Amino acid sequence: MIEIGLGHYLTLGAIIFSIGVIGIFLNRKNIIVILMSIELILLAVNINLVAFSIYLGDLAGQVFTLFILTVAAAEAAIGLAIIVVYFRNSGTIRVEEIDKLKG
Amino acid sequence: MIAHAIFFYTFSIIAVVSAIMVTASKNTVHSVFFLILDFISISCLFIMIGAEFLGMIMLIVYVGAVAVLFLFVVMMLNVAQQKNQWFASKDSSKHIPVGLIISTLIFFEIIIVIGGWKYKPEIFDINNSITQTSISNTHSLGQVLYTDYIHVFQISGMILLVAMVGAIVLTFRQRSGLKRQSYIKQISRERAEGVEVLEVQSNKGVKIDD
Repeated sequence: MIEIGLGHYLTLGAIIFSIGVIGIFLNRKNIIVILMSIELILLAVNINLVAFSIYLGDLAGQVFTLFILTVAAAEAAIGLAIIVVYFRNSGTIRVEEIDKLKG
Repeated sequence: MIAHAIFFYTFSIIAVVSAIMVTASKNTVHSVFFLILDFISISCLFIMIGAEFLGMIMLIVYVGAVAVLFLFVVMMLNVAQQKNQWFASKDSSKHIPVGLIISTLIFFEIIIVIGGWKYKPEIFDINNSITQTSISNTHSLGQVLYTDYIHVFQISGMILLVAMVGAIVLTFRQRSGLKRQSYIKQISRERAEGVEVLEVQSNKGVKIDD
């Protein structure tokens, strides 16, 4: 318990990943919270990459965390822009009322 | 080592609790604030285990940019008043067991994978984690990032550019009734468009408004 190893960080990443998945499934409010859950999932992936990078002494994990950060920021910007346009057109972003995007 | 354990448990408990509150909070603005708290505690963890550059970048990018973007959108769309009703509508209650089952399955799968390391300690030796302390984390990251990963770095710049252009194009709208200058129109204006010669009858005057 006292000795903090790689397993502790991986467990923390697993817990946050699972909370993100729960947030996507159980959210009944609006789609912004789903985007925030996706950010949580990406954060858990970042925790795993950084923990492996530190404990294995390899810098590639931290470099890829940097790129994941970039892609997450781009995804958040595009997703929020789509949500803004959708809200402007249909007046709601509640999850159960969004049914225009049927394939 | 005791201090490491205390800091790890403190920050990870804060992170887990605020991650739960992100999904369970009634108010969307509160969700965004808990997301910010989550990012801050995770970046403290990163700084603690020696990835200080990533911790700082995480503070700047996530807390400074992404979370503020979320906050702007939440306030702009005025969804803060919509209450979070997990169990309110009838048909939503059948999502809940499915979601719980799937996420606990994912959680235990990841835990089993992590537990697999314990029984195969020869896969890697955790004790070789001594990073060279002669150069800082930022220095070594920069040495790798601008040499080995330069193409990926530039591609990520292009991704950011595309995201910026895409967000602007998506949310841009031309408002009607807005007065704006057009230089081409002003320069290419001719006398015939602006001046009209009227035949004025005596004692009638000129009505301009027709």
